[in-house]
Amino acid sequence: MTVSEHRVYPNLYKDSVALMAITAAVTKLEGIEEASVVMATEANRANLRRVGLADDSSAGPNDLLVVVRGAEEARTQALDLAEELLTKERSGSEEGAAEEAPPVSLKAAASRYGDSTLALISVPGQYAAAEALKALELGLDVMMFSDNVPVDQEIALKRYADDRGLLVMGPDCGTAIVGGVPLGFANAVRRGSIGIVGASGTGTQEVATRIHHLGAGVSHALGTGGHDLSAEVGAISMLRAMRGLEEDEATDVIVLVSKPPAPSVAARVLDMARSLSTPVVAVFVGPKDAGIDTSGIVMADTLAGAADLAVAVAAGKDPVQIAESSLPVALRAEALTRTPSQKYLRGVFSGGTFCYETQSLCQQGGVVAASNTPVAGNKMATDLWHSEGHTILDMGDDVFTQGRPHPMIDPTLRNERITAELGDPETAVLVFDVVIGYGASADPVSSLIDVLETGRRAAAAAGRTVSLIAHVCGTELDSQDRSAVVERLRDAGVYVADSNAEAAHWALATLNSQTPSGANS
Amino acid sequence: MMHLLSREPEVLNLGLASFADDIISAGATAHQLNWHPPANGDAAAGWQLAKLMGDDRVTEANKIAFDRYLSAQPRLVDVALASDVIDDMATTRLILHAGPPIAFADMCGPMRGAITGAILYEGWAASEEEALALADSGEIRFAPCHHYGAVGPMAGVISPSSPLWQVENVTSGNRAYSNFNEGLGKVLRFGANGPEVIERLRWMRDELFPAMRGAVRHIGGIDLKPIMAQALLMGDEIHNRNAAATGLLFKQLVPALLATDLPTGQVQRSIDFIAGNDHFFLNLSMAASKAMLDAATGVPGSSMVTVMARNGINFGIRLSGTGDQWFQAPANPIDGLFFPGYGIDDAAPDLGDSAITETAGVGGFAMAAAPAIVQFVGGTPADATAHSRRMRTITLGTNPVFSLPALDFAGSAAGIDALAVLDSGTLPVINSGIAHRKAGVGQIGAGITSAPQACFAEAVAALAENLTND
Repeated sequence: MTVSEHRVYPNLYKDSVALMAITAAVTKLEGIEEASVVMATEANRANLRRVGLADDSSAGPNDLLVVVRGAEEARTQALDLAEELLTKERSGSEEGAAEEAPPVSLKAAASRYGDSTLALISVPGQYAAAEALKALELGLDVMMFSDNVPVDQEIALKRYADDRGLLVMGPDCGTAIVGGVPLGFANAVRRGSIGIVGASGTGTQEVATRIHHLGAGVSHALGTGGHDLSAEVGAISMLRAMRGLEEDEATDVIVLVSKPPAPSVAARVLDMARSLSTPVVAVFVGPKDAGIDTSGIVMADTLAGAADLAVAVAAGKDPVQIAESSLPVALRAEALTRTPSQKYLRGVFSGGTFCYETQSLCQQGGVVAASNTPVAGNKMATDLWHSEGHTILDMGDDVFTQGRPHPMIDPTLRNERITAELGDPETAVLVFDVVIGYGASADPVSSLIDVLETGRRAAAAAGRTVSLIAHVCGTELDSQDRSAVVERLRDAGVYVADSNAEAAHWALATLNSQTPSGANS
Repeated sequence: MMHLLSREPEVLNLGLASFADDIISAGATAHQLNWHPPANGDAAAGWQLAKLMGDDRVTEANKIAFDRYLSAQPRLVDVALASDVIDDMATTRLILHAGPPIAFADMCGPMRGAITGAILYEGWAASEEEALALADSGEIRFAPCHHYGAVGPMAGVISPSSPLWQVENVTSGNRAYSNFNEGLGKVLRFGANGPEVIERLRWMRDELFPAMRGAVRHIGGIDLKPIMAQALLMGDEIHNRNAAATGLLFKQLVPALLATDLPTGQVQRSIDFIAGNDHFFLNLSMAASKAMLDAATGVPGSSMVTVMARNGINFGIRLSGTGDQWFQAPANPIDGLFFPGYGIDDAAPDLGDSAITETAGVGGFAMAAAPAIVQFVGGTPADATAHSRRMRTITLGTNPVFSLPALDFAGSAAGIDALAVLDSGTLPVINSGIAHRKAGVGQIGAGITSAPQACFAEAVAALAENLTND
């Protein structure tokens, strides 16, 4: 003997068509003999009585009444189903969704694209932290390309994220590769077992592309932004990223890339590195700080070296840095043709870390240069717009990019500087970088080659030959194709090194072959 | 396992669009935002806003406020004269008006005209001049309808002898009031106060009021939410278009009226009056909205908007979490269509408490429901649907009872979150009638407007201060 059961929803109005559809769905359930979902009007209740679905509720015309008759379990199931269909949230976005305007806020975007995992923020710096905080609140990881974020906000964001297992890359984080996906300035590299945590964008690019050239691959490259290793911030993101890579099954080796941090921060980072089961290779680009205890860590001297060591460790081999190739013979011969006025090395870089590493390596070779971003022991250039003596410049620095795009995107200003250096009778060697990949100029070489050829012709007319040494950061998988870029530069008479460090060594060597005494002003 | 590394990233990109393009060309997923600086570009306010958006106290308070709004069941329970239910009216000469507080001297033309008419209607003065002098004298107290749980369309004037609908939220017992709708043309709410206006008001008091009271009492009360829900399915948005809702109400009132022992002539005239006024339900829609939103007021920390109202000069809002405090900014102009012979220069600024319907998730928020009205207020049906959809980005949720066929029967966006308004720069859309700037001319058009952003910024700052002081 089956009985009927009901539920009343007071003051819930639904259109009769909608109710008929729900009634049909409920009636179909196994074990249900009869069911009805109706507004409890007198007419509807009369119908219910007629089919034996009379109930004893006091539901009225404005109340919604669900009555089911059947086996006990089926009744509960049916009433629950009716309730689900009655109260189901409709998205309302299926139809015509394609016409929807792009979302105007993170909250709106996150609700529309529920699978989102990360916010990439490149809005003006004064607004960036607020967007990052909202992203974190929504459970998203964050990469902040934006710079000029107040340090107290950076710390607040990173602590908030750290408490929730989220990562804040940046502010001022230019580069990341997460699960093969390029974020910001990044290169197309093979996927593999080496994870990178970089406080330097171009440094990370150099290590990642070198790993690729050596036939290995990158699991993830996580950026932290340049302020992360400051004493105030205390490497919150680098520590979080290291823990993340430690747990990541795809990662067998971790490479840390940074300028030399404050000793207290370095200690924290390296203590964490020593505690991991994943081997860690580290490179602190720049002059060595004797106060940092690097015991137990595989330390590299250069960005390229870090890649070499990481690839060796990942392959289970002894960590050995690949030696730089010796100075090309033609470059040595070229050095002997210089006029006596050509005494100085000039570096014009778009990658800040390349400028930094070049200064550091040249300093170790006895060349003390001026720069707009001098390493310890070098001096601030007195006139940023005119080189004097050895000068190595970061054209991506704020002083040059105010109101202009970064030279990796638009190389106009960098090219103008190259023209100026080629026209300077004191320039002996010009060393520079070309950074390709995602985010960079689609054609970084055509205008550069014009500038180089024009400049060299003018110098030749004045009886001078300037040695041109470059390195191209990128891979053959990048849309600009590194091998094509290298070939075009070589055709234009540029000596192209395999790495930034090698370019610096060549520049030093060719400078020294002109002045065998090594007396570099 | 770190969240970031557990799966291929799907990226929300704010800023340089080329970054999103690169991610897509690398074969992954990125969504570009159409981002603008929040909080009108005030970076400090934007940071405070971001902190509030993640504040658990706010999230929790909003949940409570929104649930109270959703579970409210507004029911028309009785009809009374204002002085019977608003105690201050029994003891002082008090006239209520629409919007936030404003002195008589500062009021717009239509509101001054309506108050003049109300004074004449009350018999406190014998001529228009006398009425104006009395209003200027300071002997009459003016206060917003909202201060007394009431709402009135356009000038929103309620005086002691105004018949009021009494709507009770039966879930928690709070009551809301609204006056009767006088129809179109020369009417008090648009500032008209000539003899025919006053005569109609007196007829409404003497015949319509007892008829409505008799009918409502005979029925024993009318649930308003089901009427509103059904009207949305029938082509009303229940603010600027109330034809279906009025019809549904009419179906309940007429048999009840006939069942009373009122004189046939009075019943006939009452029926004729309602039958001739498609907006008759508007004031009930407003009172029902007020009752639902009052249920959500006073939840500390809640950023839910409980009032949007205009006095013809300023637009004012209130938040659940900041109680009775008003946050005001100059009212935005109305983008609308005008009756022949009128234009934007003739229009009074945005006016009336009727934006309480938008606050409750109908009106402009439900514009997708009213294809017949969209040309009047905002272009094509696609535009109307877009408005309704866009509003969901600034609300705490949707009201499943108010379902919109054009949105696949999704609920209308409801529970405006002041934080989301400030964050997205998306302003609540409001359907509105347009009054002539001069008193007495009446309605000259209808259109669409939006709440000004500045009052949301102020409200959020005050909410933040309250939370800090806690």
